[in-house]
Amino acid sequence: MNPLTKFLFELQEISILIWRSLSGLVRAPRYFSETIRQMDLIGVGSLPIVLLTGFFTGGVLVLQTFPTLEYYSIQSEAGRSVATSLIRELGPVLSALMVSGRIGSAISAELGSMVVSQQIDAMRALGTNPNRKLVAPRLLALIFMLPLLTVAADIFGLIGGGMIASALYNQETNVFIMSVRNGISTADLVGGIIKPLFFGLIIGSVACHKGLSTTGGTAGVGRSVTNAVVISSIWVIVFDFFLSKALQVILDIGRI
Amino acid sequence: MLASVNEEIGVENDDEDLAPSDLEDPVDEPNRIMPAIEFRDVHLSFDDKKILDGVSFVVRRGETKLILGRSGGGKSTTIRLILGLLKPDSGQIFVDGEDITEHSEEQMVAVRQKIGMVFQEGALFDSLSVYDNVAYRLHEMNVDEEEVEREVRRMLRFVDLEDAIEKMPDELSGGMRRRVGIARALVGDPPIVLFDEPTAGLDPPTARTICELAIKLRDLQDVSSIFVTHEMNNVKYLSSEYATVNEEGQVIFEKEGEKLCLINTEVIMFRDGKVIFSGSDERLRSSPDRYIQRFITGK
Repeated sequence: MNPLTKFLFELQEISILIWRSLSGLVRAPRYFSETIRQMDLIGVGSLPIVLLTGFFTGGVLVLQTFPTLEYYSIQSEAGRSVATSLIRELGPVLSALMVSGRIGSAISAELGSMVVSQQIDAMRALGTNPNRKLVAPRLLALIFMLPLLTVAADIFGLIGGGMIASALYNQETNVFIMSVRNGISTADLVGGIIKPLFFGLIIGSVACHKGLSTTGGTAGVGRSVTNAVVISSIWVIVFDFFLSKALQVILDIGRI
Repeated sequence: MLASVNEEIGVENDDEDLAPSDLEDPVDEPNRIMPAIEFRDVHLSFDDKKILDGVSFVVRRGETKLILGRSGGGKSTTIRLILGLLKPDSGQIFVDGEDITEHSEEQMVAVRQKIGMVFQEGALFDSLSVYDNVAYRLHEMNVDEEEVEREVRRMLRFVDLEDAIEKMPDELSGGMRRRVGIARALVGDPPIVLFDEPTAGLDPPTARTICELAIKLRDLQDVSSIFVTHEMNNVKYLSSEYATVNEEGQVIFEKEGEKLCLINTEVIMFRDGKVIFSGSDERLRSSPDRYIQRFITGK
């Protein structure tokens, strides 16, 4: 199969997986408790690394941009530059990449192990639809929790940036905060939440598809995990570009 | 399931009645005429490899069909087709008289309620305890927890593992996992049970225990089953022994002999996706086919 055909085939399989999983929500059984459990694992479980990522990203943004802003005597805009970078772009993308590495790998490993040990076949033999029981709760949990994780990352990023601006460059905190408030709009906030919705769907669907299509025993599980993380990360970055352009047009983001 | 051989060999019948047992007598009901499982000219290929090549066979009600063959011969694929986990390229598959060949996943849910499946390694859900594994089907159906516990304990008593009810799968030995898998498959008393090499990798005493469970199901609960294996010891147990209940209510296993022989257990052998033998174990052993003799004797 040539690469283009393989790509189209994979896209078809993932689309079918998403459709079958989410369309099953219209009737029982819905596995609400499993969805809550996944939200806990994905959301609460990923919080530490996402907050850490946000904090240091905000800090490094100030570290890198403050000297340049100071050269042009606009260092009071440091808060604006950190806020717009974080909320529009770095917060959603870096949070998604962290979650892809942590959760995408866990989902594909778990489902892949279940495939090679015939647990998925056993589930089907016992009358359970794996798409409804396994895939749908994970997709919903990711779609719901990734925006919340992104908001948390953004907040900690701003805190990190403010602390660096204050500690290293002696900028007053209220100057930083005012600059943040002036720099972001409602459209930025909405856009910063819309992106993680799509990223959550991408990470969940790619990880579940790779896990459920595992072949080749334990080595195959390893391959599925690697593919799940790499492919979902690439798709997040590619989608981010097109989403950013679409949001610029629809929400009028980025125009000064 | 048992037939007297006395008439065949001209020996006068004893005046003694057969020992009372909990064996279910075959009843003349219309639905006993309908096979439990039927394959009609089923073909299946993966890429260019032919897995099943015109396979046809019938499993009657209350019958155990032993499927023999080398690894990769299509035995496990047959089981997966019955469960609807795979679809054939052509041919028809009937379960309990219903043509399931073109059934969707949703339609197969109702069919699978009638089938219990015992997987090769047990296929237990490793994040669930023994109790939750066995109760799985009942939990999915939102059955009341008291009834679930009753049924789970009943099944675990059947496989003699009630003490392991709180354990996790990784605390169990291979044989115990298979037995829990059997208990899980039997919840809901399915009339059809499929065994996919349930004794693979087990020591002979444990393998014997698994076979005894299959014999109990056949003889005491009138279950129709397919038993996939490549071990001749299993063929020997299943086709020459039967389960009965003595006066103290204990299950005992007796060998078929001069008075009784098993007629509800037959053997099919697969070779390269085709059925090359179908019949009794006696005919299998006396078959002149060199491939069959080499398979049986290992030489």
